Amino acid sequence: MGVLNAFTSKTDALIGWGRKYSLFNYPFVTACCGMEFMALAGAHYDLDRFGAAFPRFTPRQSDLLMVVGTVSHKIAPVLRRIYEQMTEPKWVVAFGVCTCTGGFYDNYATVQGIDTIVPVDVYIPGCPPRPEMVLDGIMKLQEKIQQEKAGLLVRRTEVLPELPVPYTNRPDFARAIAENAPRRPGAEGGR
Amino acid sequence: MPNTTALPSVERLLPQVRELLGPKVLASHCHRGDETILVAPGEIVSVLAALRDDKGLDFDTLMDLCAVDHLPRRPRFEVVYHLVSLAKRQRLRVKVPVEEKSPSVPTVSGLWPGADWFEREAWDMYGIVFEGHPDLRRLLMYEQFEGHPLRRDYPVNRRQPLIGPRN
Ligand code: SF4
Repeated sequence: MGVLNAFTSKTDALIGWGRKYSLFNYPFVTACCGMEFMALAGAHYDLDRFGAAFPRFTPRQSDLLMVVGTVSHKIAPVLRRIYEQMTEPKWVVAFGVCTCTGGFYDNYATVQGIDTIVPVDVYIPGCPPRPEMVLDGIMKLQEKIQQEKAGLLVRRTEVLPELPVPYTNRPDFARAIAENAPRRPGAEGGR
Repeated sequence: MPNTTALPSVERLLPQVRELLGPKVLASHCHRGDETILVAPGEIVSVLAALRDDKGLDFDTLMDLCAVDHLPRRPRFEVVYHLVSLAKRQRLRVKVPVEEKSPSVPTVSGLWPGADWFEREAWDMYGIVFEGHPDLRRLLMYEQFEGHPLRRDYPVNRRQPLIGPRN
């Protein structure tokens, strides 16, 4: 038994080490925090030093969802869908106070914290956070990944609750608009 | 900062506008070169058509259409049309007072197709009905949204019933 324990803890350490330095992020950038994200990913602050700056613009190839900027009620179902499209293992970073709590946008349009939509691993407050704070957050996430015990098993098995009605995702929506929107004569050429 | 004292409140367009529209101009003022006229809601389509089609004024572009909530002033709302003449490089602001009880204004989307979404936005945010609009749906908020969020009596942190208390 002891041998087995020693073996799994070693493999856990190895897998954690491999995962924490190969974070492929999906930047879900919706607002002003995006500027700070660009500074972070650029040469000056160089997130690549931490093995976490290779953005994949498809959720299926990424394992770190960086939610950067204000999330409104109308974009919320899109965020949920992107999260669900990512394959395990996956982590979520809430970048900026808007994503952590809604920030000062305590109003009719803004989601009061993305943790009401998707589970969050690391919160980085600040409006926008300094790149150093984000680097600190990424390092904290790496520590967290290193300490995970799931090994090769799937980390998250919970099923997220259905979003309330305004959040309902309608995959047919774009097509419905394209097909049913009234068009003025002559508009077809511009499609 | 621009030197605003250098902009005299000289009426350049208003005499011409008054001559064109006659008694339809209920009031007018000129603040540092920004000229504004006030007309009745029933007249807005004919007034804007006249301003657009007049060769001397030539207001060919509807730059913006918005609404203002003046609560507690009466009449409560105002719909504001910003006209621009690209050729003559001049601007005019046309305001329409709207009562609080069943607020409505005739649509001008027949004059400028671009007014369509402006009017949808004004409906969405202020609840002003634009009669005759081809498709008066909410533009920014979702269908199930209750109320009109930019009205002054909409509580700033009110939660929508379908969204829940936390959000
Ligand atoms: S936290 Fe501040 S900088 Fe970031 S998206 Fe919100 S308002 Fe913009």
